[in-house]
Amino acid sequence: MQLTGSQFTETTGIVGNDLATLPDYPAEIRAPAGSLAGVSSYQIQFGREDIQTPGDQPDVLVVMNPAALKVNLPELRPNGIIIANKATFNKRNLQLAGWDTNPLEDESLGEYTLVSIDMTMLAEKALEDLGLSSKVMARSTNMFALGLLYWLYDRPMDSTFNFIETKFKSRPEIVEANKRALQAGYNYGRTTRLISTSYTVAKATLPSGTYRNIMGNHAIALGLVAAGHKSGLRLVYAGYPITPASDILHMVSNYKNFGVITFQAEDEIAAVTSAIGAAFAGALAVTGTSGPGMALKSEAIGLAVSAELPLVLINVQRAGPSTGMPTKTEQADLFQAFYGRNSETPTVVLAAATPVDCFTMAYEACRIAIQHMVPVILLSDSYLGNGSEPWLLPGMEDLPPITNSQITSVNGEFQPFEITDPATMARSWAIPGTPELEHRIGGLEKDAVTGNVSYDAENHERMVHRRQKKVDVVADHIPLAATFGDEKGDLLVLGWGSTHGAIRSAVERVRGEGHAVSHLHLRHLNPFPKNLGDVLVRFRRVLVPELNLGQLGRMIRSEFLIDTILFNKVKGKPFLASEIEAKIFEVLKETKDA
Amino acid sequence: MPRSEEATVTQALTRKDFTSDQTVRWCPGCGDYSILAQVQKTFPELGRKKEEFVFVSGIGCSSRFPYYMNTYGFHTIHGRAPAVATGIKIANPDLSVWVVTGDGDGLSIGGNHLIHLLRRNLDINILLFNNRIYGLTKGQYSPTSEFGKVTKSTPLGSIDWPFNPPSLALGAAATFIARSVDVEGQHLQDIIKAAYHHHGTSFLEIYQNCIIFNDNAFADVTEKDTKVEHQLLLEHGQPMLFGKDKSKGIGMDGHHPVVIDLTDGKHSIDEILLHDKTDRMTALMLSEMTYRPEFPVPLGIFYEIEINTYEDLIHEQIERAVEKMGPGDMEAILHAGHTWKVK
Ligand code: SF4
Repeated sequence: MQLTGSQFTETTGIVGNDLATLPDYPAEIRAPAGSLAGVSSYQIQFGREDIQTPGDQPDVLVVMNPAALKVNLPELRPNGIIIANKATFNKRNLQLAGWDTNPLEDESLGEYTLVSIDMTMLAEKALEDLGLSSKVMARSTNMFALGLLYWLYDRPMDSTFNFIETKFKSRPEIVEANKRALQAGYNYGRTTRLISTSYTVAKATLPSGTYRNIMGNHAIALGLVAAGHKSGLRLVYAGYPITPASDILHMVSNYKNFGVITFQAEDEIAAVTSAIGAAFAGALAVTGTSGPGMALKSEAIGLAVSAELPLVLINVQRAGPSTGMPTKTEQADLFQAFYGRNSETPTVVLAAATPVDCFTMAYEACRIAIQHMVPVILLSDSYLGNGSEPWLLPGMEDLPPITNSQITSVNGEFQPFEITDPATMARSWAIPGTPELEHRIGGLEKDAVTGNVSYDAENHERMVHRRQKKVDVVADHIPLAATFGDEKGDLLVLGWGSTHGAIRSAVERVRGEGHAVSHLHLRHLNPFPKNLGDVLVRFRRVLVPELNLGQLGRMIRSEFLIDTILFNKVKGKPFLASEIEAKIFEVLKETKDA
Repeated sequence: MPRSEEATVTQALTRKDFTSDQTVRWCPGCGDYSILAQVQKTFPELGRKKEEFVFVSGIGCSSRFPYYMNTYGFHTIHGRAPAVATGIKIANPDLSVWVVTGDGDGLSIGGNHLIHLLRRNLDINILLFNNRIYGLTKGQYSPTSEFGKVTKSTPLGSIDWPFNPPSLALGAAATFIARSVDVEGQHLQDIIKAAYHHHGTSFLEIYQNCIIFNDNAFADVTEKDTKVEHQLLLEHGQPMLFGKDKSKGIGMDGHHPVVIDLTDGKHSIDEILLHDKTDRMTALMLSEMTYRPEFPVPLGIFYEIEINTYEDLIHEQIERAVEKMGPGDMEAILHAGHTWKVK
């Protein structure tokens, strides 16, 4: 199902529509077929306009079995189209999915346009002379459905034909089966005209340039490789398999010809500590994980803060405490990123807003870490990591330079912990192997200049302040906060991370109705942009939608003494634009009534 | 040969060059002093540039070691030194990387990292100071303390069975396993050198006396009047002899090793096993003598074989990728896959 969805996405990008996707799949790799737990889905919104989200309510729902219908029906818009493979609606599957009677046959789906087709039989018929096993034939049913959709939305099939040919290169019979099933689906739609109209979606008016579709996790991998390339440092990426971050490790591993080193460690702690070792040895060191892995890494992050080493930590957040819901999305690790360590241990915290922004922010995380000799935490989440959108490809020359404080010699005595650049508050990065600069660092408190172990009271207080200041000065090197919409008004919707699309769509809609509502999306969270306080006070109210219980909202309250309105959802799913829109209207009404 | 061992120094170094300006703060009489002295004496003889050495440690008395060496050093967090060292070595294989750890740091909290470093076989040298006690936290039993040991945390005696470090290393597929003793200066220096020259992970267990919390834990092998009966000094290709005038040796009785008395007139030297450090079964037999009072304590190199190191393979893969795909072209990977133009 994920493959069918990604093929449709690929083709949709190629025909020039803007799009956004939401893959959703179970944590169990092979959940029992036909069960509700085993439903895997793929949602896409595309069109002529600037698309911000995968869509609140799909117009068309394609279901390959009764369980898929059960799980996804509540999402479908009233009067939407259901395309169902009726062959799978047998007694056993209906029972598994909890339907008492066959919904394709009773009247329960009356409010929808129901298109019920025996795709299994039709696909089999198209493949009948190939002598394939029934298992292989059954698998090609998804291709039949994809062909049907290509007809419905008037898309070319070449790119999927090419994909099939490459993917199953060594098995010509599978290539033939998939191509035939795809074509059969397309032809079936065209000849039967089962659905009264096929749609032609005009091209979106996107800025000119070269585009490709990109998923957030892949964009992070490319951002890291680009930072290694631009900085001239060797990229060392250490990770331990964890959903939904493993793809970053997989993707970085494909770029070995860039001199990139990937290391699959024995556990999360080894992943972060080996990255710290690589940073000490002069590399651009990165480790990626998800929330539970971050928890395991926290002591080591303290070491990187104390030793003032550059380190990039990526947290592709997932839902829930402990193991939670590994494949579902949430943004509840913001407090963890800020405070999840012993003592005063500040780090820079960034958050990507969209799948494409994952590239920019991964690059930005590397730039800040290296330039300032600090650990940087980049927050993404499952929705961004697996979601995709078209990407206007940047040129390497557009990316900012990445400077570092590596030295090869000093005049006089070397002082390893002296701040050599007050603007960045970086200490010198003296790499093992450099003559005359031998020195020792560690997690014990260090003298502010020599770096020798120090239990001196004044020195310790000075160092605590210095580590905070190292984070604070980053504010001089990041963009100021800029609102979408007017700079002042009745309501500011303040967001961070993957809620960008839903907030932007909602704000666009209410602005379209003439309301004084603006959107500010934070990508730099620690430190905040320097002007954030000034921006916030220009609005009567500040609404903070978050997929947690109000983490940014509370930080804003305590930092700026602004009575933020918290708006929270913790269902393992992203916000719908309509939910935010409704909340905006509610707040506007209250404000007016007050 | 380690990759950059060819890089020889132009100017001879001395022990002083490896001594940092920091005051050594171990308890007077601690075995760590001797180990530090042997390392500082040995290093000038390795013929390697000083700036290429990196000492990495975790937490514990032994882990203060890097502060006293005038080389690059990183005193990290509890148990994690093998992982930090791995990161350093993969990022720069030209460095000579040394891990200093203890029985608590290396075998308890950091046990996972230790076995995985051994399994991967990076060219890193591990010095495991085994004093069979937690010293820095003031005297709790450790994973090598004997069963029944009475300590602050085990007033009625420990009910943990101890780890056997060489057996653990063997189980973790180590390619170099050796043991020495803090007070045996020359022996320790020789083994340190051998560990350095081994291309792969070297696991060197050093019996170290904690005079404060576990004094005389290794008295059998350190005291003048007992050590000759208890030290089995291993030499590759030589018979396993020990005791006064080398009057005893290790032989076999069926499938079992036994101590053979060469003075009883019934046995000859031909029955004594020759040490073969490349043989795993021999290494296993020697390591299993560890907690068996009927046997002497083997000292020296139990096992050594040469296979590829992890970092060599990493960099080989990179070279091969460059050969196959050409050096990394950023524009090309950005534009990979399906792209389209919007005018
Ligand atoms: S406590 Fe024991 S091991 Fe630690 S320094 Fe003192 S004597 Fe040495």
